Parts: sequence; C-alpha cells; structure tokens
Amino acid sequence: MAAPLVLVVLAAVTVRAALYRSSVAAFIAERVEVASPLNAWKRVVEGLALLDLGVSPYSGAIFHETPLIIYLFHFLIEYAELVFMVSFKKQKLLIELDKYAPDVAELIQTPMEMHYIPLKVALFYLLNPYTVMSCVAKSTCAINNSVIAFFILATIKGSAFLSAVFLALATYQSLYPLTLFAPALLYLLQRQFIPIKLKSKSFWLYTMQYASLYLCSLVVIICLSFFLLNSWDFIPSVYGFILSVPDLTPNIGLFWYFFAEMFEHFSLFFICVFQINVFFYTIPLAIKLKEHPVFFMFVQLAIISIFKSYPTVGDVALYMAFLPVWSHLYRFLRNIFILSCVLIFCSFLFPVLWHLWIYAGSANSNFYYAITLTFNIGQILLISDYFYAFLRREYYLTHGLHLTRQDGTEAMLVLK
Amino acid sequence: GPSLPALPCCGCRSLSPGAVPGWHLLEGCGGTRCGELLLSPLPTGDVAATFQFRTRWDADLQRGAVSHYRLFPKALGRLVAALGVRELHLALTQGFWRTRYWGQPPLQAPAGAELWVWFQPTVTDVDKAWKELSNILSGIFCASLNFIDSTNTVIPTASFKPLGLTNGTDHHLLRYAVLPREVVCTENLTPWKKLLPCGSKAGLAVLLKAERLFHSSYHSQAVHIRPVCRDASCLAVSWELRQTLTVVFDFFSSGQGKKDWSLFKMFSRTLTDTCPLASQSKVYVDISPKNKEKELLEVSPPPTSVHEAVVQGEKKTYAVYDLLSPSLFNTSRSLNVQLKWKRPQDMEMPIPILHAQRYVAGYGLQTGEICTLIYNTHPYRAFPVILLETVPWYLRLYVHTLTIITKGKENKPSYIHYQPAQDRRRPHLLEMLIQLPANSVTKITIQFERALLKWTEYPPDPNHGFYVGSSVLSALVPSVTAMKDMDVEQSPLFTSLFPSSDGSSYFVRLYTEPLLVNLPTPDFSMPYNVICLTCTVVAVCYGSFYNLLTRTFHVEEPSRGGLAKRLANVIRKFRGVPLL
Repeated sequence: MAAPLVLVVLAAVTVRAALYRSSVAAFIAERVEVASPLNAWKRVVEGLALLDLGVSPYSGAIFHETPLIIYLFHFLIEYAELVFMVSFKKQKLLIELDKYAPDVAELIQTPMEMHYIPLKVALFYLLNPYTVMSCVAKSTCAINNSVIAFFILATIKGSAFLSAVFLALATYQSLYPLTLFAPALLYLLQRQFIPIKLKSKSFWLYTMQYASLYLCSLVVIICLSFFLLNSWDFIPSVYGFILSVPDLTPNIGLFWYFFAEMFEHFSLFFICVFQINVFFYTIPLAIKLKEHPVFFMFVQLAIISIFKSYPTVGDVALYMAFLPVWSHLYRFLRNIFILSCVLIFCSFLFPVLWHLWIYAGSANSNFYYAITLTFNIGQILLISDYFYAFLRREYYLTHGLHLTRQDGTEAMLVLK
Repeated sequence: GPSLPALPCCGCRSLSPGAVPGWHLLEGCGGTRCGELLLSPLPTGDVAATFQFRTRWDADLQRGAVSHYRLFPKALGRLVAALGVRELHLALTQGFWRTRYWGQPPLQAPAGAELWVWFQPTVTDVDKAWKELSNILSGIFCASLNFIDSTNTVIPTASFKPLGLTNGTDHHLLRYAVLPREVVCTENLTPWKKLLPCGSKAGLAVLLKAERLFHSSYHSQAVHIRPVCRDASCLAVSWELRQTLTVVFDFFSSGQGKKDWSLFKMFSRTLTDTCPLASQSKVYVDISPKNKEKELLEVSPPPTSVHEAVVQGEKKTYAVYDLLSPSLFNTSRSLNVQLKWKRPQDMEMPIPILHAQRYVAGYGLQTGEICTLIYNTHPYRAFPVILLETVPWYLRLYVHTLTIITKGKENKPSYIHYQPAQDRRRPHLLEMLIQLPANSVTKITIQFERALLKWTEYPPDPNHGFYVGSSVLSALVPSVTAMKDMDVEQSPLFTSLFPSSDGSSYFVRLYTEPLLVNLPTPDFSMPYNVICLTCTVVAVCYGSFYNLLTRTFHVEEPSRGGLAKRLANVIRKFRGVPLL
C-alpha cells in the first residue's frame, strides 16, 4: 500500500516539476480553462504588487483573493512554488486517507477492493491532467481544493471541530462550500449514531453544536481578515465578485456568455436564478441521501463545480477524484463511455476553439461557447448517471439482484 | 504678494517653475482684448498657423453678482461663477501633432477632446460640479463632452498644476478627462468663433474659414480660462480667457510640390482690417535661419518689425506685422503675407530634445502590452519627466509587469502613483516620475488583459476597436541655447500660458499617440439563442435531478394498459377472441 503510494507521489511531483520548468508553464498559466479571474496566479502577484505600492489590493477590479491568502503569500512569495507543491502533496495524502472510511461494507465490494480505493483516489487526483495543469498554472484553486480535502478527511475521521474549522476556511475562500455543511452534518450524526429525526432532542443539540462551531470559526476568520487589512473592502471584492459576476472573461462555466448576451433589464433576475442552482439542490439531496452523506458530498461538489460563477478544471478534478470510490457503481452506469468521450473531446477542443476565436480570428465566440455547453451537459449527465446508478444499486441491495415479477418472470426496474 | 503655484509633494518639486514674480501676469497685453497669429514653417515643409485671442476681464467672478460681462462671453462667465471653477482648459483636436517631425508645438493637445478643470476649494461636491460642467460645455461647444463620466475621469496628482493665480494645489479639486474618440468638425468651430467679440467678421478671425481649417493635417482648438493678477501689485484678480487654434497645412500635397505659401493660399482670405475692440492685433512669422546660415526665407510685404526671442530653448526670429499700426494698410487695402524660399531647403530636421511614441504590442485578443518610448536627445543633460497614463477599465493593467528600461538597465521611477481600475466605474491611473539620462531612449512597458464586455457595452462598429487616450508627458526640459530674460512685450505670447522658469529650462507638455485596441466580441445576433441554450442546459440538470429525487425504483408490473388497450379488450371480449 505505502510503496505504490510513494511511487504515485513521486511520479506526480516529477511531472509537475518538469512542467514548471518547461516553457509550457507560461502557456498553461494563460489558459482561461485553468485560471479564472478568481484564482489566477497572475492576479495574486498583482495583488501583492499593489500591496507593495501601498494601494489596497481591493481598490481595483483585478484581485479577488481573500486577505488571508494575500498575507500567506506575502510572506511566502519566494517559496510560492514550494507552497504549491506542498499543498498538493498534503492534499493527496488526505484524500488517500479519507477514502478508507467512506464506503460501508457492501455486498459487492470486497475488502481487497476497498483497500485500493485510497490509492486509486490518489492516482485519479494527482495524475489527473486537470490537476496537473492547475498546479502548473499555480492557480490558487489548488489551495481551495486542499482545504476541502482536509475538511472531508476531518469529517470522515469524525472530528467535528476540525471539520467545522476547515469548512469555515473553505467557505471563506470561495463561498460555495457552504453547501457542504449538510452532508458533513449528516455524516457526523451518523457516526455518533444520532437518529436524524426532527423531533429528537439530541439531533437538534448536535446540529446546533456543529453549526455554532462552524459559524464561530467563520466569524473568527473574517474578523482576522478585517484586522489584517483594517477594512471591509474584501467582502464586496471577494464575495460580491463571486455573486454578481462582473468579470465576463470566458471560462468553462455557463455564466460568462450568458451574461455577456443578457438584456440589461433582466440581468439581476438571471443572476439570482443561476446562483441559486448551487444552493437549491442541497435540501432535496439531503432528504434523499440522508443515509449516504459521502455520496451526497460528492454530488454536491459536482454541482458546485458545474454551477459556480468562475469554474476551472481544478474544480472538476476535485469531484472526479471521488469517481474511483464509486467504482462499484460501474455496472449500473448507462452511458459512461459516451460521456467520457464527450468530456475528453471537449477538453481538447477548448484550446483549439479558443485559438480559432482569439488568435486566428477564423471563428467567433459562439464556437467556444458551444464547447462550454457540451462540456457542462457532459458533466451534468455524468453526475446524474452516477446518481441513478447509486439509487439503483441501493434498490438491488435491499431487494436482491434477481428481481422477478409477481408472475415469476424476470422483471424490469423502472423509476416511478 | 501673490502666492506662487508650486508643484506639491513627492519629487515633483524638481519640476516646479522657478519663482519668477509675475509670470502669471497678463504680460504684453495691456488692454482687455488681443489677437495674435503665429505662422511657422515646419521642418517637413508643412506650415503651422496658431491663433490666439485673449480677453481679460477686470472683475472677480467668484465674488458678488456680476451682470455686466462686456467682452467676456456671458455663457462662460456664468458657468465659472455658478460652478466654482477656478481654472478651465478645454481642447478639441483632430489629428496628431508629430513632435518628432514638426518640433515642439506651442500648445499641444491630445487627439479628441480634453478637459481639465480646477475647482474652488469652496466647492463641496466636486464630482457633481464636474458632471454638470461637462454637460453644459457639451451644449456650448456642440461636443460629446456629456460622455465624460466616472469611467474616464481621473484625478492626477502631479501632472496638471494650476496655470493661473492660485492659493493651493489640493489635487482633489482637479478633474481630468480625455475622450479620444471625439471627432472635431465645423459644428465645434462655430460656437468657438462666436465667443470672439467680433465673431469672424473682422480682424484675424476672418481667416477662420471652416472649409480650409479642416482641410489640414492637424486641427486643435482650445479654450483656457484662469484667474490672473490685475496689475503688478497683484492685489486684485482678473479673469483671462484664451482661445487658441492651431492648424497644420500640408503643403506638399496641396501646394503642388511648392513650399511657398501665403495667407490667401492657406485660408482663401487676406487680412483687411482689425477688430475695432482689439487693443492689440499682430501677425508673427517665424523666419528663424536654420543652421546659422543666412536666412533662407523671404517675406513680403516687409514686416513692421523684426523680433528675436528664445522660445522653448531655441533662438527664433520673427517678422512682426502690427495690424494696428496705421502704415500697414496704407499701401494696399489688404495684407497677404507671403513667404518664399530663397533656395531649395535642405531637409535637415532638428530633432526635439524630448519626444515620445507609444504603441500596442502583442497579438491575439487575450493579452497585450503598451509600450512607450521616451527620447531624451539632449547631449549632456538628464532631466525628469512625469508620465501620466489613463487606461480604460476594460484593458486590465497588471502593474507588476511594469518595466522601465533605459540603456539596457532598469530605471526605477522616483515617484509612482497607481490607482487600479474598477469595472464599469473608473479607469486605471498611472503617474510616474522618471529620470531620463542624457542622450537616451527609455522604454516603458506594461501588460494588460482584454476584457469581454456585455454586448450592450460595445460601441457601434465594435471591431473598429477601442481608443485609449494619449499619455501625457510633462517636463522641464533643459535648453541648449542659454535663455535671456526675453522681452515679453514683443514675443509671441503662446508660451506665456505655461510658467517660464529660471532660463536654463522650459516647460513642455507632450501627448503621445492615442491607441486603438481591439477587444474580443460576443456574437451580437445571438442573445435569444444564448439565453435559450444556456437555460436548456440548466433545465436538463434540473430535470434529471428532479426525476431522481422525486421518483423511486419499482419493479415493472404488468400494467392494465392505456385507454386504447382497454377499449380493444372490450371489443375483443364481445368478439370472443383472447384478450391482449
């Protein structure tokens, strides 16, 4: 177990180090798919330069990182590369460890397979080209991802305090992980054997405990940022920027072209409609998947990466790292082959159509937009396919694999 | 005594004009109204004609109600009084002054419209006054100055100092805006001419014929209002209005290859009289000999007098025609100044000491780089220059990519003021004090990223590109020729707008080329399609999740069938055949 893991880590670090030093690094750093206005390394450097000039980094429209990040890098600027490397290693270790617990003893999954899940997750994350690229581009998405990974690890290890702190950090960094509160709470309740009943007193007690831990750490972090900068400027500049989507730089998401082409009159309405997508699946999912918080977490992460206002491939890589955990669903997936092909082809077409639009001038914005649409459709269908497979497997687990009709003939399973 | 203006703070002091008492007096123009025309042949063979009309008004606009405006245009007078304007400079320009080939201009202005205003310290809401002022000026001059808003207004800290009598230089009272896209034409010239007391009926103004003025390589008209000392004791304030107009006629293309010219050839008019209200009216012709040779130019008719002066570091000889002297119109009824070259002119161009050029580097529509080259051709003196760069928000500047290279080494600016842009609210402002070593080229580069705008934010013809206003260079340039205290009574007065200094250097303000930058564009015909398609994707997600969340798996039971099946079974029952 340990030896292959070390190998994977070594391979991952080697690939990254080689790419850092090569001339591809600058090309990757400029890619809009990898670096969004929110997390581009160039913008972090710009924020630091502004700080050095004595200008508040939040007085402009370039810098949208949180104050803690800027101070972190202010001290570490020379070692920035190293920091990225370390954050990757950490992240990987975490994810590995955490995967031990997630899936409960199931009929289909042998302990042997379980044993390899951490390694597969590590492989999937560390050698995923998406992750490699966002690491080489020094996108701060890597830091967000590692905070979320720490959060998942802490949750799965059952540490409510650490889980709340990391969730607060993740929320502080990019706002959307707020929705991960629900799966984390469900998981912790499950671990404490507290029944999830609205009338149960212990349920409410524990919920309040966890919520207050989370809110307290959030308040502490935000106040700390305030004292670092002595102003609240970062609130509109970070969260206002995430929510109101003023920067329409193309990315792999759904927002940029939609709001570039929007009628000014309806702009606010549609911003609300689009932003609500991240948050509004949480409660129905919590009800449906209350017995399976880890799967819930995976679905929620995927929804965040599809519907966030400035998504990058780093976000996609985060939920894709979970896919090996659900390898036992493979036999129930309906169109995994087509969807993988769609996602892979789209990934190659992004730079091609970008070049045709921006540099060659022989295509226009619609081409790139079409690819973002396809990519997002692919992601949506992939997630709903996994969701379908998960529900179907649940059904088989309770009803047996060989279903028969009342008359004894073999039965079909349908959603009703 | 009067308090002298001094550049505030931060290393700019080296640029401060020396304390020459009374430089802000209305030198030379004793009366209330004077007009001048300066004709200067340019090294390339073109001719620059610069008009200046000055009106002085001995009343304090700010204090008490003024109802009698005499020669001062009432529209501007009331504007100054009502909005608490201390100083106003408006220039409308078509074309670009090519400093490298035409030499230092008497008064340069950036392409398009430029407006900068100092307000009185009593003005509480400067932004509101500025907005109101630009709207009113837009009406007065028929220009699109109403497009001046927070996205193109900046507050420079060091580049623009008050040129008139002043008590302080709190730069929060200053507003500066340039509209590089503005097109200047006759509808801007007519209201400008109407501000003259004699209109275009008499005096030098009869030459201002629109069809000739706009058939030129460069046209710039300006209005400057400032408070000045009423007399040498400077106990009272007067208001001065300067209207200037500079035109460059291209004689190679319009003069059939001959470079001889006359007033009639240029303006299709000659001078016949003076404005009866003018207390001074003169025509100056620059006949400075080049290369210390004997003069190459012959002017006719013989000038009233010849005057020598040092202007902008160069020794100049002027032929002066005083239109008020009775002898001038005695011999002939009109004055048509003519100039002939005595022999073919050798094209050796003197290169101005300070000149600059600017361009956009890079390819594609994602990023780019603004490069500015500043030349100091002085053989042995270094001098500092203030560079002001205003860049609209949709070019996202990255100040950490700013590099300043002189002679292969990095040149660190001694003062830097940077205000980053905010999307749709304010532009980038970059102001730097850079030392230019003798005989050097300084290259300043800064990278930017092109933003994708909302489809309604693009102007008509979006693929034409977006203009970026000229950057402004302000410097005290050391002169090569030693300057004496010149006889200000006699020399052309264009230079007196700027402070003259101790004699070893002179003030220059230069503007670089405006830039034209392309931005990526969305497809303007697609809004409905994009809204439909994107909403479909969201709906696909909603639909599939709704399905999975609200439904559960069931074993497929033999259904009793739909209506058709049941009907068929009923019929089959009657017929006695097996049911379906």
